Amino acid sequence: MNMILLTPLDLLLTASLVLALAITSWYQQLGLERQLLVAALRTTIQLVLIGWVLKLLFEQVNLLWITAIATVMISLAGYEIRQRQKHRFSGPWGYGIGTLSVFISGFTLTLFSLLVVIQADPWYQPQYAIPLLGMLLGNTMTGISLALDQLNKSALQQRRIIEARLLQGHSACEAIQSYRREATRIGMIPTINGMAAAGIISLPGMMTGQILAGAAPVEAVKYQILIMFLVAVGTGFGTLFAISLASHRLFDERQRLRVDRLI
Amino acid sequence: MLLTAQQLQTPQFGPLDISLESSERLFIHGPSGAGKSVLLRALADLDPHQGEIRFEGQPQQQIPATEWRQQVSYLPAENQWWAATVGEHFPDANSDHFERLGFSTDTLNWQIEHCSSGERQRLALLRLLQNQPKILLLDEATANLDPENSLRFENLILDYQQQHLTALIWVSHDPVQIARLATRSLYLNHGNWGIAP
Repeated sequence: MNMILLTPLDLLLTASLVLALAITSWYQQLGLERQLLVAALRTTIQLVLIGWVLKLLFEQVNLLWITAIATVMISLAGYEIRQRQKHRFSGPWGYGIGTLSVFISGFTLTLFSLLVVIQADPWYQPQYAIPLLGMLLGNTMTGISLALDQLNKSALQQRRIIEARLLQGHSACEAIQSYRREATRIGMIPTINGMAAAGIISLPGMMTGQILAGAAPVEAVKYQILIMFLVAVGTGFGTLFAISLASHRLFDERQRLRVDRLI
Repeated sequence: MLLTAQQLQTPQFGPLDISLESSERLFIHGPSGAGKSVLLRALADLDPHQGEIRFEGQPQQQIPATEWRQQVSYLPAENQWWAATVGEHFPDANSDHFERLGFSTDTLNWQIEHCSSGERQRLALLRLLQNQPKILLLDEATANLDPENSLRFENLILDYQQQHLTALIWVSHDPVQIARLATRSLYLNHGNWGIAP
């Protein structure tokens, strides 16, 4: 590895550029300076903290610690999915559907790639386990929250049409089907577009990071392809699972549309 | 009895009882907000409710929801369509049937949004009649129609009722219509049966 290490001075230099942007914003009365500085500060603190956590974690390869971190990451992803929906299920379902979906897709795929693809020794080596889980959670989370938001929004906005189909004697499944399809599409499109644009329009962040850190480009590309496939599969199955749970929950045992379950 | 409801109740109305015989035309009237529409929704099992509803003696819960709604068919005040053309809502359209009702097979190619409100309401009824319901629940079905279209709609209902011995529960504000068609009428106020003022 021929990686050039960054000094605190390097970071201070770039920080001064951010500060210059903030001053410009203040000068032009754009009102963005406060938000910008808070966000920059949050980035610094959050990343430094996670850097230290990862450093500690890498020093002692302990399955228990990794499980704990993974649990925290998944719970936060579930919480984030809940927050990103304008209309969400009331009660435990509001949190449960997203968390369970992100757990099932993100967690199983991370396990799969650690055990079957990468085969590190031990398999839970945090240098691989944590970044993989993080990449997967971040992306599946976006897909699942977009899809759930869309499904719940259509159920509310189109409830008269859905009920008209129920009144016609159609099953709940038939009545919601077109909205289900649309929600799933919206959840998966960013990932599919991301794969299509990779390398031509954008250089994916993970690969860029590896190259900056001195990895051979072709090796970095292999990892990037692995990640992209995992992200596509994770987002796809996670979205399908979440939408299937949610469209069940939108109806009761008598196949009535229950938008009263949304808040 | 074709349909009975005992101690039927939701947060908006009840508890109240209903019984309906075949070929009956029960009209329900009352001030707005009295619970007329939610009553019909409960009978069609579209809203959760308490109490027991029976169709030909069989409790509602024992009949699958989709089948129940085909037998006890509710036409809301505003008709709704889930596809762009008429034909997509009539998978087994029978042209004879359509022609007798003033439509032609060409109607199946019409765009829903180009239909007049009278046509839409009659088509919405025809859409439900495909299931050959035993009970029709009509919610201010002719409130938005002019007299001519109201009559056409009524004739369509009466023809179907005679052929299939169907019972009707019809929510209407029109005293003339009630006088003309009702075999019985009930007054609903504050979610319970009352005496019309």
